[in-house]
Amino acid sequence: MSHANIREFAPSDVARRRRWLTRDRLIALLMLMPSVVAIAVFVYGFIAWTGYISLTAWSGIAPDYTFVGLENYRTIFRSVRFQTDIRNTVVFTLFFLLSNLILGLVLALLVDARVKGEAIFRSIYLFPMAVSFIVTGVAWSWIFTPGNFPSDPTGINLLLDRLGLDALQSAWITDKRVLPEFRPSWARTKLGVPMAMLPVVVAATWQMSGFTMAMYLAGLRGIPEDLREAARVDGASEWQVFRRITLPMLQPVTLSAVIILGHISLKIFDLIMTMTGGGPGNATDVPGVFVYDITFNANKIAQGAAAAIVMLVMVAVLIVPYIVYNARTEVER
Amino acid sequence: MSTTALRPVRRRPRIWLYAIMIVFAGFYLLPIFLLLITSFKSFEEVSLSRMWDLPRGLHFQSFTRAWEAMGSSFINSLQLVIPATIISCILGSLNGYVLAKWKFRGSDLIFTAILFGMFIPYQSVLIPLVRVLSGMGLYGSINGLILVHVVYGIPITTLIFRNYYASVPTELVEAGKIDGADFFGIYRHIMFPLSIPGFVVVAIWQFTSIWNEFLFGLIITSAPEKRPVTVALQNLSGSQFTQWNVQMAGALLVALPTLLVYIFLGRYFLRGLLAGSLKG
Repeated sequence: MSHANIREFAPSDVARRRRWLTRDRLIALLMLMPSVVAIAVFVYGFIAWTGYISLTAWSGIAPDYTFVGLENYRTIFRSVRFQTDIRNTVVFTLFFLLSNLILGLVLALLVDARVKGEAIFRSIYLFPMAVSFIVTGVAWSWIFTPGNFPSDPTGINLLLDRLGLDALQSAWITDKRVLPEFRPSWARTKLGVPMAMLPVVVAATWQMSGFTMAMYLAGLRGIPEDLREAARVDGASEWQVFRRITLPMLQPVTLSAVIILGHISLKIFDLIMTMTGGGPGNATDVPGVFVYDITFNANKIAQGAAAAIVMLVMVAVLIVPYIVYNARTEVER
Repeated sequence: MSTTALRPVRRRPRIWLYAIMIVFAGFYLLPIFLLLITSFKSFEEVSLSRMWDLPRGLHFQSFTRAWEAMGSSFINSLQLVIPATIISCILGSLNGYVLAKWKFRGSDLIFTAILFGMFIPYQSVLIPLVRVLSGMGLYGSINGLILVHVVYGIPITTLIFRNYYASVPTELVEAGKIDGADFFGIYRHIMFPLSIPGFVVVAIWQFTSIWNEFLFGLIITSAPEKRPVTVALQNLSGSQFTQWNVQMAGALLVALPTLLVYIFLGRYFLRGLLAGSLKG
């Protein structure tokens, strides 16, 4: 502010303005306070509480805060079920990320090709995002119910039968196989890909790939057309333009997508509950279902808390650097 | 300049592009197609071996049955989602306004700390949540669910509004101050009118995510008569006594409100989605 401006205010004006400002600042703080307190209690306080419960012997309806150290963590990590859950989460996350990134990018490139009716296609690809995982689970669980194939198939097996593709029929969500099955001496569960997880990946990809497409689309629209045009003028083929310009410039989007989709897949719960309930056996069981089941059905409260903290740590490893990075770049802006 | 440089960019035949896009569209529409053809079949027509056949006419028996089983839950969800969405909007808007235009020492840190709440697995707060809600007499009630959705909605609503208000020029706020407007005056006359689209984005976001939410509903409402609609649908689909065409009709009923919002206000829905990835 220049000197001329300041002199235009009478001293009393300045004093009044300052008083108003402090009063307003106080009101601003007061307005923010309920939310800050709510988050402090419901997020950080409750996490700390859960963390504390995970170190106790609480098992049963009545609280028992006898301190047992890391015993619950030892118990769950040694259990066949939780080891299976970790395997399943890793498998699910890898397949889910891969299918989403590829499909999302392909869809974005298709929609970005600026054909007529582009908006309709975009809306069709994105609409599953508006639907509950529970609805998705109900619909896809019937599609992936195998029936008595090959003689009496249902769902997708029936479709394959009609198309003459019987060879592709499979047990889908009832498939108990783990491929390639192997068991190192330290593991209590079979390692490999639980086949029943694949239909769940399909359903989850159906739901989320439109979102991935939307992220890539926003990224694509941010790449200046001149850049690609210049490369074309220099004689670059479309593939080279894609490989050398488009793809590298989409890298930040890919990173964001990996983090957002990754944390969703580590938390996956609703879809599993509706599609398979964690079965067959524990072939599609995941930590989210484990926590729910152990805490609220088996009443092993402390073990459930320990598993919940494990989930939180997995998510935090992915998310915290991302939030901090976003906050930093924002300040620089 | 060589002739190759002037050659127009060769594009692949459009027909192939359309063909690929239509195949993908088929994948996305397949489950909805199945829900529709099954729900409109009469009970006599429903058979797993004729699952993909079209219905011979429009029959509404499945919907009637589904509504009998889930109608009250549908009403519960409405009673939950409407107040929760409104409170979320107001709270998020005020937070966003303070964090964008009344910054103080540490306000960015507080904002970042609030954001973390958006990503946590809710499994990590469930046990304390149940105990505290019981202590408050809110466990098992729709009011309890409203409180929970409002609190855990604070991060995303604050984020969207803060980014929205950050794009409002600070000069406008300064001008308001010089004209003698106070905190609420500036909000009412400058920020609020400018942020109507922000309210639409946040309202749609909260409506959709609260309507579709499952875990809190499952844990916090134990009594069947208080259940939100997603929990009711999950129960219906888990029951061996319910015909699958009724489950399909139920799924359509649950999907309908958010799908309508998506069809009519899709643009705002997309903005909320992208804001959720922090890049607002």
